[in-house]
Amino acid sequence: MADNITLTIDGHPVSADPSQTVLDAARSAGVAIPTLCHHKDLLPYGGCRLCLVELRQGKRSQLVASCGYYAKAGLEVHTRSPRVLRARKLVLEVLLALMPYSEEIRRLAHENEVTETRYQRTMHYCVLCGLCVRYCDEVKHTNCIGFVGRGVERNVAWVPPDRYDQTCRTCFECMSLCPTGVFPSNFGLAEV
Amino acid sequence: MPEATEELCSLDRIDRIIDRYGGQRSALIQVLLDIQKEDKWLAEESLRHVASRLNVPLPQVYQVATFYKAFSLARRGRHLITVCMGTACHVRGSPRLFDRVSQKLGVGPGKTTHDGRFSLLTVNCMGCCALGPVLAIDEDYHSNPSAADLGRILSQYE
Repeated sequence: MADNITLTIDGHPVSADPSQTVLDAARSAGVAIPTLCHHKDLLPYGGCRLCLVELRQGKRSQLVASCGYYAKAGLEVHTRSPRVLRARKLVLEVLLALMPYSEEIRRLAHENEVTETRYQRTMHYCVLCGLCVRYCDEVKHTNCIGFVGRGVERNVAWVPPDRYDQTCRTCFECMSLCPTGVFPSNFGLAEV
Repeated sequence: MPEATEELCSLDRIDRIIDRYGGQRSALIQVLLDIQKEDKWLAEESLRHVASRLNVPLPQVYQVATFYKAFSLARRGRHLITVCMGTACHVRGSPRLFDRVSQKLGVGPGKTTHDGRFSLLTVNCMGCCALGPVLAIDEDYHSNPSAADLGRILSQYE
């Protein structure tokens, strides 16, 4: 294991391993960062943008997805700066418009003081976080489901459709990962 | 349509395409483009074969094949007719041109004629706005063909 490095998170020095992401470093230091598409067993994805943090270097500042940004010595990370909170609220507003009834999203929105959304509410069943697709690929190596289509038509599907009968019937592990709570309830298998 | 399967890229020819790229999984898009060029569309068995040869999971092959507009997962006719619906062509009357073609062929957008000769598609700009409203059959461009012109042009294609 490489030597530990020191970065500052919200003004406090934090010791981290260079193989850790900023998100992991912050969480092990007790700093909470909301995420939706992050899972400890999966590769960083950076899809939900909820974990955005601000990196400052002198006068320069940039927003990065902390789940895919590796810790570096001397990094100045801010997880609750006005810029971060603004970006986080925007993301939550979009998510809230996509899935106004998801408990997980409502909880995150509530925690971050987002009560209303400026966007038109729709009834989606998927936020395209990719947790199920990536779990099926990276952990189970079964590759039953995948993303199909693009843009507004993008969704998760069984490829080919009969993979559901062949493999999924005895697994369904991905369903407990779904942050929307809709995927499992479609099949009446989870307590939602 | 069983008689149509022989028109498809045989698996040997797909193998040859894959070998041309050294069987690299990074060549997935190029391989699919080459098959699309020969077959005019991507059949499920072609995709399955590519997936197993390149060692890419089938869902990932489908993810690529459904993402790019250059790929078609629906059977296509031998010739592709594209009518431009871009702003310039639209202003110059492409909806009327489209109706003309559509009526002549008896199919709507994205559909293929029963004899398998033509597929009809709309696109959003071909970059030759001065010819507008423009229609392309495979690689040939025609500027605002009349109904009579259309009959003559279409009869040239088998």
